[in-house]
Amino acid sequence: MAQPTGTVPDQGPTGVLARLGRFFSGAPALAWLLGALLAVILERIWGTPLATLLGLPKVPMLFGCVIALSNPLLIPSAAAYVLLIFALPIAVVTKLAGATANRAAEALMRMPILVTVVVHLGLLFLTLHIWSGISAYRVLTLKLTLIAVIVTMSLNLINGYQGEFSCSHPGFMALGAYGASVFSLLFFVDDKIFGAPLLPAWLGPFLFPVGLIAGGLVASLGALVIAIPSFRTRGDYLAIISLAFMFIVKSLIENLEIVGGPRGLGSQPDWANLPTVFIWAVVALWMINNFVQSTLGGKAVNAVRDDEEAAEAMTVNTRRTKMVNFMFAAFWAGVAGGLFAHVLRYVNPATFGIQKLAEVLAMVYFGGLNSIIGSVVGAVTLSVLSEALRPLEIFKWIIIPLLLILVMIFRPTGLIAFREFNVRKILSPRQNPQREV
Amino acid sequence: MPLLEVNEMTHFFGGLRAVHNYNLSVEPGEVRGLIGPNGAGKTTIFNLMTGIHRPTEGDVRLDGESLVGLFPHEIAARGLGRTFQNLQLWRHMSVLEHVKMARYSKVQYGFLGAFFGSGARRREEEEIERKAMELLRMMRVDQVADQNVLNLPYGAQRRVEMARALATEPKVLFLDEPTAGMNPEELKQMMGIIRQVRDEIGLAIFLIEHRLKLVMELCERIQTLVFGEVIAEGTPEEIQNNPKVIEAYLGKETVE
Repeated sequence: MAQPTGTVPDQGPTGVLARLGRFFSGAPALAWLLGALLAVILERIWGTPLATLLGLPKVPMLFGCVIALSNPLLIPSAAAYVLLIFALPIAVVTKLAGATANRAAEALMRMPILVTVVVHLGLLFLTLHIWSGISAYRVLTLKLTLIAVIVTMSLNLINGYQGEFSCSHPGFMALGAYGASVFSLLFFVDDKIFGAPLLPAWLGPFLFPVGLIAGGLVASLGALVIAIPSFRTRGDYLAIISLAFMFIVKSLIENLEIVGGPRGLGSQPDWANLPTVFIWAVVALWMINNFVQSTLGGKAVNAVRDDEEAAEAMTVNTRRTKMVNFMFAAFWAGVAGGLFAHVLRYVNPATFGIQKLAEVLAMVYFGGLNSIIGSVVGAVTLSVLSEALRPLEIFKWIIIPLLLILVMIFRPTGLIAFREFNVRKILSPRQNPQREV
Repeated sequence: MPLLEVNEMTHFFGGLRAVHNYNLSVEPGEVRGLIGPNGAGKTTIFNLMTGIHRPTEGDVRLDGESLVGLFPHEIAARGLGRTFQNLQLWRHMSVLEHVKMARYSKVQYGFLGAFFGSGARRREEEEIERKAMELLRMMRVDQVADQNVLNLPYGAQRRVEMARALATEPKVLFLDEPTAGMNPEELKQMMGIIRQVRDEIGLAIFLIEHRLKLVMELCERIQTLVFGEVIAEGTPEEIQNNPKVIEAYLGKETVE
């Protein structure tokens, strides 16, 4: 970074965001988590009285956006609520606890990394759990957001890391959703299609991961069908073949009476609770991050994307690399599909169409190519935004694409592209750069 | 038995005969040169030997094993390293990642290791990194190991490509115009590096070059290729004084 020369000590850029960034620069991730935890506890205790006091009909569900948009007169109240419950407590705690949290983070970093990660994840989960405990709507939004995170990361493997345009992710999700649903219904549920359960019901929750993995493997198999013809060449072929694949899967399911045809498949058991979805999202992030940082996996995929001929000449087995990456991505899309089916407890083929594709692609390109953290940011932002803007009805579909266009103009590869996800760096204590003599 | 042996290799692109009855035998530690006017088929010969194209006729043998019909990555893993005429670097990867990547075929931890990140994988990645850093030091680009490769000056990019090719542990190294587009200073440095590679690692080098100064100084034997056929082969002095070579480069004297 270029340091401007001059006698006045450099204060850096003076924008509002930059000032805010400096104000909180001494706070580690731990301090933020503590702040958020306090905020959600505050909301639990004083949320309802405060909402009544401010004249709000009920506790705002998604940071006041829904209320503000459906009844503009309540905007000041909604803003006051968010300020009092979330913004102020988080800001105060994060700033005040910064030094203490830094010492705690330092102590944590001396322990095995696993312990540190578990502590942080535990705090994060506790926050999410308390936040979502207020209503079923929040729980559902949260679960769907976590699933979107998995799907976005897995699509980023193909569109970002491998640099080929794939449109088949809804198809993979459908395969996973139906695979896992059939597994659950066949073995553990007494329903009209598959008849009496084959295994005792108490075994169900324990075998749920097996069902999800089975769904993921079905999706991987589907990926193999696409990969064999399309990876002989480069260019637009994959986009065309994978788009066709998505439609084939959809109409195949529509015409398969054994899985309910166009009516869909319902009465999946209620196994995908918040902890389950959270754990699967964490596992997905961990495995995908492992993969993209390995020479054998993600780095080889990058090399194939940037120059395939050079990769071959440097002993990289390019075909195997592309195949494994594509099937790995499909696997996680399948797992996400399985979770999706068990969260909604109903799937039908119409869900996995072009609109789903547009959503996932938007999340990948908004968040940033070739970046795990970008995918998380993209998926969370767009999921929450699309829920929060719901009162605008049709205008929602103008605002979100507009946002996407702006990102494409100012940051063509997405918000946080080509960034490595480094757990140690995120969790480590921060030095305060402004504490100079 | 020679290390690398090419027998009567011929290649057609459709009806065009790009290479005709090409022969080569390279001994360990030897530096060989291939010169010729533009379009003579020099790079095609590289591509035929490294498996990018499959020769229409003839055989390529490394250590007695035929390479014809293998995938380029299999040929590279058996010991034919190469650099490219127009730098072919990976634009989003760091210098260190380039050299680590070239050890792909030697990675032992397998895809399970890639997915689950075992301790064995971490140790192996560290070992790969250590070896990569050694090569970067040898090429004098270790200071910029974490930089994106596009941020480097041209000469340094060439050296990264060289380090990358060496990381595949080749028995024969193919250099396709290693000094193309270099200024005299960079040229001198590159010649030093080629000598160093030959002396320290002791591998055979086969290079295509336009700059006769470099070829004449470095190579022990030189072939001259014109329209896909070798018209002359010999030591630098023999080549320099060969009338056929002079004709190919300068044209025939037509003044009466």
